[in-house]
Amino acid sequence: MTDVLVCIKRVPGASGEVLLSDDGQRVDARHVGWTLSAHEECAIELATQVAGATGGTATVLTVGSADAIEQLRDALALGCGRAVLVEAETDRIGPVDVAAAIAEVVRAHEAAGTSYGLVLLGNDAADTGDFQVPVRLAYALARPVVTGIATCTVEGDLVVAHGDGPDGPETFELPVPAVVAVMEGGVAPRYPSVMGRMKAKKVAIEQVAAEIEPVGSGRVRLTLPPEQPSQVQVLGQGADAAPAVVDLLEELGMVSR
Amino acid sequence: MIAVLVETDADGVLVVSQEALTFGRGLAERAGGVPLHAVAVGRPGEEPPAVVLAQLGEQGVASVHHVVDDRLTAYSAAAWAAALVDVSHSAGAAVVLAAGTPRGNEVLAHTATRLDVAMAANVVGIDAVGADAGDPLIVTRQVVGGAVLEQMQLGDTVAVLSVAGHAVEPAAAATATTPEVVEFSPTLTDADLVARVVRTGEKVPDASGALTSARVVVGAGRGAGSADGFKDVVRLSELLGGAVGVSRVVTSLGWRPHHEQVGQTGSRISPDLYIACGISGAIQHWAGCSSAKTILAVNTDPDAPMVTRAHYAVIGDLHEIVPAINDELESRRA
Repeated sequence: MTDVLVCIKRVPGASGEVLLSDDGQRVDARHVGWTLSAHEECAIELATQVAGATGGTATVLTVGSADAIEQLRDALALGCGRAVLVEAETDRIGPVDVAAAIAEVVRAHEAAGTSYGLVLLGNDAADTGDFQVPVRLAYALARPVVTGIATCTVEGDLVVAHGDGPDGPETFELPVPAVVAVMEGGVAPRYPSVMGRMKAKKVAIEQVAAEIEPVGSGRVRLTLPPEQPSQVQVLGQGADAAPAVVDLLEELGMVSR
Repeated sequence: MIAVLVETDADGVLVVSQEALTFGRGLAERAGGVPLHAVAVGRPGEEPPAVVLAQLGEQGVASVHHVVDDRLTAYSAAAWAAALVDVSHSAGAAVVLAAGTPRGNEVLAHTATRLDVAMAANVVGIDAVGADAGDPLIVTRQVVGGAVLEQMQLGDTVAVLSVAGHAVEPAAAATATTPEVVEFSPTLTDADLVARVVRTGEKVPDASGALTSARVVVGAGRGAGSADGFKDVVRLSELLGGAVGVSRVVTSLGWRPHHEQVGQTGSRISPDLYIACGISGAIQHWAGCSSAKTILAVNTDPDAPMVTRAHYAVIGDLHEIVPAINDELESRRA
């Protein structure tokens, strides 16, 4: 039986125009809404698969504001059984702080009788893209860690993890307990069922305050890349444009004749 | 000194690592001409390949720390980081950097944690080096898939940063060097070797490697309509000797395999030509294709972000336009 903890983050959606707050300290998501990182959707799927296969539990956790309860309930609707919100001021925390806050909860739950044999996270958050919370968490917990993982299973006392390496598909075998950072591509996240959504609404969410003195992220400010005026040259409309396209391909040296 | 972790393959130093070296050299020059060192993991009893030494020399590398240990034959991020930390201490690194590859970011995350310092991922520029030792290094890095830039301060004794792919073009130093090779045996513990590769499978021939190295990529998105809607796009890529790339929605719907995905959570490509068919150009996708040298968009919507950001566009349905392009290519060849 493996109890799994999956850590997620509330991030701005990536489907529309990005705006920034006036002080350049955060993304203003009023037009794009909030969602989960793609990697974390897959981590939730893996968490429920591992918990289901081993007869264990899947608990979802996030560090941030109370608004992130929306994302916790999304994960509950996808099969997680418990949820934890570690309340923290998102503007004041960085990857070191997030890892420390998660480690605190892992230790507290362990003391209360739930030992997570597997902690799953997304490989990197869609907004800050720090690429380091899983590794810092593993060091804080003195556990082995591997990142960039597409699929994993727990077989006895081993986490067997598969990812894509530079020389081909790679397999890692880590002793339980372990930390694994998940990359999109290995599993297809499920869609929540109506029943799942109904059940998720009724789950009591554990809320704790982050007992950390924040180190911060080092952020000075955010800016938007300068918008380049469109210089697109329209070659034509519909199939009639094909000769112009092939002329262009020849001009660019893309066609061998 | 500035230490750059370099990744190599049979052809020598990876292009992304050459970019990191060029980036590191620029930083070294701004810092008053501090030496540029490379760190490469090798095999015991073997010298670094001549092609690698020549490429490092072109980049102006003064010394290469050739890390050798039988236990490093199978990749372990913790073990590589242990070596990088050892080099950093012994050679006195002020900055440790690597290419922002999965492996580069993973090893640097371990390295920064072991050094108890901050790490900046996907850096694209240096804003301030500081006049005095101890002054913070201020960098600009990509966040939100490259749609936003973050200015970040690294105030620690050692700055750890990964360089975003295509942040700079690899460029030779004004004066080439003959790097001194320093054999280096790292201090490794059993714990460093727990999470290492136990098996490496056969490389899939059409996996993402082909996509990232292709000169031409033909992309398709939701506009393909269904899993059966890629026949003409695949044909066009074959006619041009290129690769097929798709948007996230296509892989999410199960229409095409994930290794073809271009974007923030897929491959980041920089072909000479990207033909984006039926792709709107949302942040997720733009993060992966914005480094293409020329973009040709095929789209029904003249206001789609992919069209307005492209160099060239054809307005209309990809299912009418792409077959017509294929026919035109084939008729001119005949």
